[in-house]
Amino acid sequence: MPAATASQTIGPYWHLIEHAEWADLTRFGAEGERITVTGRVTDGEGAPVSDAAVEIWQSSPPADEHFPGYGRAATDGEGRFRFVTVKPEAVPGLGNQTQAPHLSVVLLARGLMTALRTRLYFEGEALNETDPLLAAIADPAERATLIARPAGSGSWTLDIRLQGEGETIFLEV
Amino acid sequence: MSDPVPFRPFQAGTQPPLDHAAYGSTRLRHPNRPLRRLAQTVSETTGPAFTRALFPEIADMTRQGKAAPLGERIIVAGRVTDEDGRPVPNTMIELWQANAAGRYAHPRDTHDAPADPNFPGEGRVFTDAEGHYRFVTIKPGAYPWRNHHNAWRPVHIHFSLFGSGFAQRLITQMYFPGDPLLEFDPIYHAVSDAGARERLVSRFDLDVTEPEWALGYRFDIVLRGRGATPFEDGEAH
Ligand SMILES: [Fe+2]
Repeated sequence: MPAATASQTIGPYWHLIEHAEWADLTRFGAEGERITVTGRVTDGEGAPVSDAAVEIWQSSPPADEHFPGYGRAATDGEGRFRFVTVKPEAVPGLGNQTQAPHLSVVLLARGLMTALRTRLYFEGEALNETDPLLAAIADPAERATLIARPAGSGSWTLDIRLQGEGETIFLEV
Repeated sequence: MSDPVPFRPFQAGTQPPLDHAAYGSTRLRHPNRPLRRLAQTVSETTGPAFTRALFPEIADMTRQGKAAPLGERIIVAGRVTDEDGRPVPNTMIELWQANAAGRYAHPRDTHDAPADPNFPGEGRVFTDAEGHYRFVTIKPGAYPWRNHHNAWRPVHIHFSLFGSGFAQRLITQMYFPGDPLLEFDPIYHAVSDAGARERLVSRFDLDVTEPEWALGYRFDIVLRGRGATPFEDGEAH
């Protein structure tokens, strides 16, 4: 059998398939703790990445007809994205491990030949200390690139730096 | 609870690198550090399940305006399977493309080519139980981009697939057979494996073609297989 089909960039014109409401994962009437997740995507010179698609997937709470678990947001002229979703709970890990609450993040943009993957955790969660991914990152500054900070009234924020100083930890899965 | 079955790593050379000097936009957008391997958990092996009820199909991209768009009507059909040949059923495919003159219905597209008010350029279909999909559109035009002197993108249709787990998420482009621009395109040539590259080119197919109506092209898509060769140490490091 042939190998998996090659990735190609999403390019600058992917907004033809953009539907702004997809950034609100509560739009089908989801219950649970509603949160806002924002951030800013910048490149190797600190310039905003204004044409990116930021996607999130969360396996908690479980997806159903009221909660898609998946969202997509376009970055604006300043590189900012914004999601409304339900705060995830802890997620089973491998073996008997437990993962801290997190969102899976996929980044797509002109200049990205393949999707870039990362995760978004939440500051202050006790499980962050023992989360298998976070605990394996020795450098606290690197670990911090995966942990959103509270920004008041149910808002969380995490910037994504594609390259250079403060570069986000990106994942191969 | 037993561990979820992970998707296999990609085969060498079949995926483009993030740092690809011939494609200028990668220069400031590729991470400098190597990617960190993460053993797949339910966060990676599960993914969104879209339904036609909430995400309605747009299977005929020529019927989204008041009149037919300009250009050559075509049919594109194919099958989505995984690397083990198993069909990927009921999965959503998003599509978008330029109009017949090579211009996108997008405010940032400044190419000096006519807009077509009857062609918004968005499609959406689902595979059936055997992984088959089909849509109707017009053949897009080639368009210039500023990557290098006299740079032109080969004719292409953008595809977005989700598969059954988020680790299968795929964005790609379908090209057309015999396009002389393929030879010069750094995005196409970023895939170093010739076989993997050539599988991005659709094939003219008389069986997909409908008499007196439209030419047909076949484009099969393969998503990562689930299987037994996980990363050697099985741990993030
Ligand atoms: Fe394009």
